[in-house]
Amino acid sequence: MTPALRLLELYGRMATIRRAEERLSKLFADGEVPGFLHLSIGQEAVPVGVCAALEPGDTVASTHRGHGHALAKGMALDGFFAEIMGRASGVCAGRGGSIHVADMSIGMLGANGIVGGGLPLATGSALAHQVKGRPNVAVAFFGDGAMAEGALHECLNLAKLWKLPLVFVCENNGWGEFSPHERQFAAKLAALGAAFAIPYEEADGTDVEAVAAAARRRVEPARRGEGPQILECRTPRWRGHYEGDPQKYREPSNLDAARGQDALALAAARLAAQGVGAEQLAGIERAIAERIDAAVAAARAAAEPDFEAAVAGVYAGGRAHA
Amino acid sequence: MPETRYSAAINRALADAMSADESVVLFGEDVAAPGGPFAVTRGLLAKFGPLRVRDTPISEAAIAGAAAGAALSGLRPVVEIMFMDFMTFTMDALVNQAAKAHFMFGGQCSVPMVVRAPHGGGLNAGPQHSQCLEAWFAHVPGLKVVVPGNPADAYGLLRAAIDDPNPVVFVEHKGLYGAKGELPESPAPVAIGAARIARAGRDATLVTYGAAVAWSLRAAEALAVEGIETEVIDLRSIQPWDEAAVLASVARTRRLVVAHEAVTAFGVGAEIAACASERAFGRLAAPVVRVGAAFMPVPFARSLERACLPGEADIAAAVRRCMAYSR
Repeated sequence: MTPALRLLELYGRMATIRRAEERLSKLFADGEVPGFLHLSIGQEAVPVGVCAALEPGDTVASTHRGHGHALAKGMALDGFFAEIMGRASGVCAGRGGSIHVADMSIGMLGANGIVGGGLPLATGSALAHQVKGRPNVAVAFFGDGAMAEGALHECLNLAKLWKLPLVFVCENNGWGEFSPHERQFAAKLAALGAAFAIPYEEADGTDVEAVAAAARRRVEPARRGEGPQILECRTPRWRGHYEGDPQKYREPSNLDAARGQDALALAAARLAAQGVGAEQLAGIERAIAERIDAAVAAARAAAEPDFEAAVAGVYAGGRAHA
Repeated sequence: MPETRYSAAINRALADAMSADESVVLFGEDVAAPGGPFAVTRGLLAKFGPLRVRDTPISEAAIAGAAAGAALSGLRPVVEIMFMDFMTFTMDALVNQAAKAHFMFGGQCSVPMVVRAPHGGGLNAGPQHSQCLEAWFAHVPGLKVVVPGNPADAYGLLRAAIDDPNPVVFVEHKGLYGAKGELPESPAPVAIGAARIARAGRDATLVTYGAAVAWSLRAAEALAVEGIETEVIDLRSIQPWDEAAVLASVARTRRLVVAHEAVTAFGVGAEIAACASERAFGRLAAPVVRVGAAFMPVPFARSLERACLPGEADIAAAVRRCMAYSR
């Protein structure tokens, strides 16, 4: 595959995430998405770049801002939209929603409602790969907000002690919920990596090619059995903590600066320089729009989840109580 | 039938489960090389090797969380939390992750993991090493909670817990580790959710579990001398608990006492008493009586701890209170 074709493929994956989330934003505003919605618009290069370095048997644990991770790992749009719209045909049968999209068949261990909650899950998944002798790695996506959670520090230590095939991928968007990162964390992730002697690398989270290359450099040693790795990606947060967040805590200049960092525009410019024209990108966009339209239409037509089935689904192997 | 200690029965259940299924792995603080803080896991590292039997750092949140992640990725981890008090650190992994994954992912996965932890006082271990917190976990949909009271049940329930596709909190008792009991040559699993009639009786039903089973049996012996025949039901599992067995017994005896070491407030006894009042009100000849620890942290000094924890005399007194009613 030529570099241009490869970038075009990554562009398509990023555009799929961006357009899917833009559609979700609209659906949310129209009342068709219940609950809370945390969008990763602007951060698409990280999940797409990292997942480009993964094999199908590799596993990822995600965050509350996890749509990109799910789609980049290969979640189908139908089950994705149906889940977030609360339908029985959702990938989680309408029981989890946006913040819990998961697809075990592709190794996507779930978005997670708990900041830092995915880190121990990925650590355990890496342990399973190691014990079972699989040639796979686990990836723990986490935000800069999770740096202050004890789970990160425990997992860095455990992963290093046990030499687990685990890649810690931090999406540092500068904001932990409503407060800037510098008011939440006194250290640097690079220094933490050094403290645990875990190889650390930083990548520009708006440059999908840079993320993909860095991810390959971190994933391959982990896969070879050299132990855990850290990849930190600086990435912008275009949206509020959640949809509807008025972001009064944020200076307009900060928001403008974030929106000036556009992974999709950067990739498009690079493609143009390599001779991929706007009409080709427009064709990709049309195909994505059609797939999203179809997924949304299918979700709208799908049944609401059945309560009795949900109650029966609390325990594996049936109900605990007669 | 040969006699076995409670701790040895757990050790054998772990060894048998690990021999039967190579997906079963064991990790926790000091469980491998040191053989466990209460010597429960002694010899398992030598038998199954360092890939499957591991010492962890003192990181309970990571231990429980990694167990959940490992269970999602094909292992059947059994982890040990050194004292049940330390399970405060495991709450996110158990309550938010393990308990909910099967449900909230729409049944795509199960989380076959076991967390073993000893609860209970009697060792003057003080407020942070003596608590009985099982009711917390029984309150969470998606978790199972078992509390074996003798070696045979410790073996059988642990095998069942390891085989179960759901996260199971396996509650041991520090004071029982040395207790002896019969264990068959080829012991069988014990179904989770099935109670056992430890002593049959016609006059009152005494529901209990864990170390309180032995106290209850001694109380029943004392009461028998007075002519009161107490039926002692060992719940064995508290989530799910055997409602049918308890209600059937109450239908016969018309009197119910629930005894456990944990504090009574918002506890297992409260749940059982509420269930009896909802479903057996017409049959009850007396109010349901609960026996449990005083509502206080488990104190250190011998005299204080003795006064705080319930025992045989408190249980017998509760049954006598029930017997004083007639209607």
